[in-house]
Formats: sequence, C-alpha cells, structure tokens
Amino acid sequence: MTKETHSSKEFKRPDGRKVNELRKITAKVGIVPNADGSAMFAFGDTVAIAAVYGPKKMHPQHSQDPERGTLRCTYNMMSFSVTERIRPGPSRRSTEISKITEWALKPVVMIDEFQGNVVDVHINILQANASTRCAGINAAAMALAHAGIPMKSLVQSVSIGKLDKQLVTDLIKKEEDWEEGEGPTDIPITFTGDGKISHIQLDGKITKAQLKEAVELAREASKQIHEAQKKALKEVGEKQ
Amino acid sequence: MTDRKIVVPGETVSKGGDFLPGEGTEKRGEEIFAIRFGLLEESNNLVKVIPLSGVYQPRRGNVVIGKVENITFNGWVIDINTAEGAFLSLMEVPRYVNKDDLEEVMMIGDMVVAKINSINKRGIDLTIKLKGLGRLDRGIIISINPNKVPRVIGKEGSMISLIKDETKCRITVGQNGLIWIDGDKVEDELFAKKAILHVAEKSLMSGLTEEMKEWFGGEKK
Repeated sequence: MTKETHSSKEFKRPDGRKVNELRKITAKVGIVPNADGSAMFAFGDTVAIAAVYGPKKMHPQHSQDPERGTLRCTYNMMSFSVTERIRPGPSRRSTEISKITEWALKPVVMIDEFQGNVVDVHINILQANASTRCAGINAAAMALAHAGIPMKSLVQSVSIGKLDKQLVTDLIKKEEDWEEGEGPTDIPITFTGDGKISHIQLDGKITKAQLKEAVELAREASKQIHEAQKKALKEVGEKQ
Repeated sequence: MTDRKIVVPGETVSKGGDFLPGEGTEKRGEEIFAIRFGLLEESNNLVKVIPLSGVYQPRRGNVVIGKVENITFNGWVIDINTAEGAFLSLMEVPRYVNKDDLEEVMMIGDMVVAKINSINKRGIDLTIKLKGLGRLDRGIIISINPNKVPRVIGKEGSMISLIKDETKCRITVGQNGLIWIDGDKVEDELFAKKAILHVAEKSLMSGLTEEMKEWFGGEKK
C-alpha cells in the first residue's frame, strides 16, 4: 500500500491533477423552464443537461405497462459537443448509453404506482471531454428529484481509469487515449444512496484486486458529487 | 412560519422512533428517509415532505379546473393537467340529464370546476354535485405552477380573500394550477390576473399577505 502511494505521487496527469482529484464540478437545477424538472451537471468542460417530463400517459398504447411506471431515458450528444462534428441523431453508442442510464437510475426511482405512465428523461451533452455518461447520469438524478419523482436516493456516477498501471479518477479525453504501457482502461461506476453499485462498465483490462481498488476510489469521489448535487437542489428550493 | 428545511431524496429526516413517516418519506429500519425533493414539515409526531416542484399530484377532495376532452355514453372525460384523464359521470351532475343529449350540459372544450370524488386504479372520478362547482360560461382562466397554489390561497384563505376584495372579482383556484376569474368588468379581471401572477412570482417571500396589501395600495394610485 505504501508503495502504491509513493508511485502515485510521481504519476503525472496531462492536466496536472492529483490521481484521485475530480475536475471542477458545476451543478445547477431548474435550467429548462418548460420541463417538469431539469438540471445541468459538469465535470470541468464536460457539460450535460437533463430535462424530465412526466409522469405522463405512455404513447403508443401498446408500450404501456399496466403493472408499473416506465422510465425512458434518451442520451444525445450535440453535433458541436466535440471538435470533429458528430452526425446528429441516434447512433449505436447513444442507444447503448440511453439504456445504461435507464438501468443506472431504475433501482432508485419509485414509479411503480404510475401504471401505464412514463417518465421521460432527456439528456443532452453540450460539450464533451470524456465521462459524458457519468455527467449525464448525475444530471438526470438531480432532474428527476427536481421533477418531484419519488426516489429512494440520488445516484452518483464517476469514471475511474487505469492508465498503464495507475488508477485515476475522472478521465479526460487525453487520458482515454493513453498509449503508454498497458494502455487505458475506462470504468464508469454509478452508486446509489446506500452505497450499492447500480451500474458498472469496463472497457479494457484490469486485475480483480485493482478493480476492487477502483470501486473504492470511485466511492470516495461519489461523496463529493453527492454534496454538489444536494447543494444545487437546496439552492433552488430556497428560491421557490 | 415553522422552521423550513429543504430535503433531497435519500436524506435522513429522523433517527430513532420519535416520528411516524408521512407523505414523501419512507421508513427503513429505525431511520426515516425522504423520498421526494421538498420542504420538510414536522407536526405532532408526523414528518412529511411538501413538494416544491414537479407535476400536479391529484388528491381526493381537491377542487380542480379542467377542460372537457371527450364525451362518452355515460359522462365526460376531463383534462385536469394530470397523466390520467379524469371522468365526470352523469350521475354526478345535480340535474336531470338526457342520456341521448349530454352535449346539452357540457360540450367538448367547455371549462368546468369539479371536485375529485375518488382516485382508483381505473382513474380519477369527479363530481360537480356541490355548491360552486359546475360549468364555467364566463370570466377568464389563467394558469400558474400548481406548487404555488397554497401561496395564492394563503393561510386560511387570507390571500385569496384579499385579492377578491380588492378586485371585486369572483375567483376559484383549482389545485391543479388553473384559476378562474370572473368580474363585472374586463379591467377588474385583468387586474386580478396581474395580482395573482405577482403572488406566484413572489411566492418565496414570508409575510406575503402584508406585501400584497401594500402592492394594492401602490397599484390603485
């Protein structure tokens, strides 16, 4: 363990952050006046906004669930969010992330009593510099709370990376494309209020021991995110 | 006003068994957690969360204003700004209704003040069998955020009766955020509308009724 901390001191990240340091978090609630609930969440220059509509009647009727309410998430990247313009519209990647977001939020939203209804969550990435799905999930959690949807707790999502052999918190694009040593591994993790994991993805290679370490690292970081989320919600509450 | 504390979902609102969990809260083990975003209220031995934002949640006994959306063989479907459409049965109309001519009582597009009679799995049932309920055939209707309705009404109706007196209008506030204003002159109605929108905008202030008295003093000049 002491060896670990020693090496982490020497490790240099491209933007000069410490290995367990998040980028500057910005969180705001109530940014889309038309929506029932909305929020913005940013890790440095990765900016996500989420707007929630509903519960409202599910259309078309054949997709209604008569037993419980449905959560429907839509993730989208604006075409100007990255330097190379991305083609607007749904893609393989955005469909995947929409589904992932839905699963990450499902354990906490209590919409069982809204039979036949749907809660719509629209997530848009205004500016991307890696960790967009994490920023999107964090924004969606705040927007859902703002919309007055009953929830067991908020969720916090953070990405952990393994650059060569070093674990780091909150990846940026430069780190995602790490080329030295073993290369990059990207692990976005989402926690619910009781400390359980509602979503984890792994893109790359990692040992069992190091994965456990990564989860603990993410848990630490998620506390900071939780504070930012609470602060943003309470600020908006005082204004109303 | 009691101490106001804002809570977010998942926040602990009470430890130990001193309180009973009310609306917007949930008991897990010994602790009580908030499950909604809003103001925490502790009264007697009950804790509950009063929502600050979000869509209108219908409750039994609420007076609401809605629009006739459809006519069925035994009643009217009424849109009251909820996910579920509300149903007004012809049994709940305090007059004789010819079953072949429901349009004579209410047509599609008519506005109606109704009370929520019951909420069940099949939907919301309305009634207009009480005084002050029924079809609206004059006046204007404005819409505000449903979470601000309690402020517009005020403590024991203090705010709404002030506005009624000052503007000489008849006003019905629907819990779903729709407000019906009926005055003798259009100017009066527009004045009442201005006053209500002012209340909704300033809803965070404490001592709002006093502030509105001053506001009326200023506007009358």
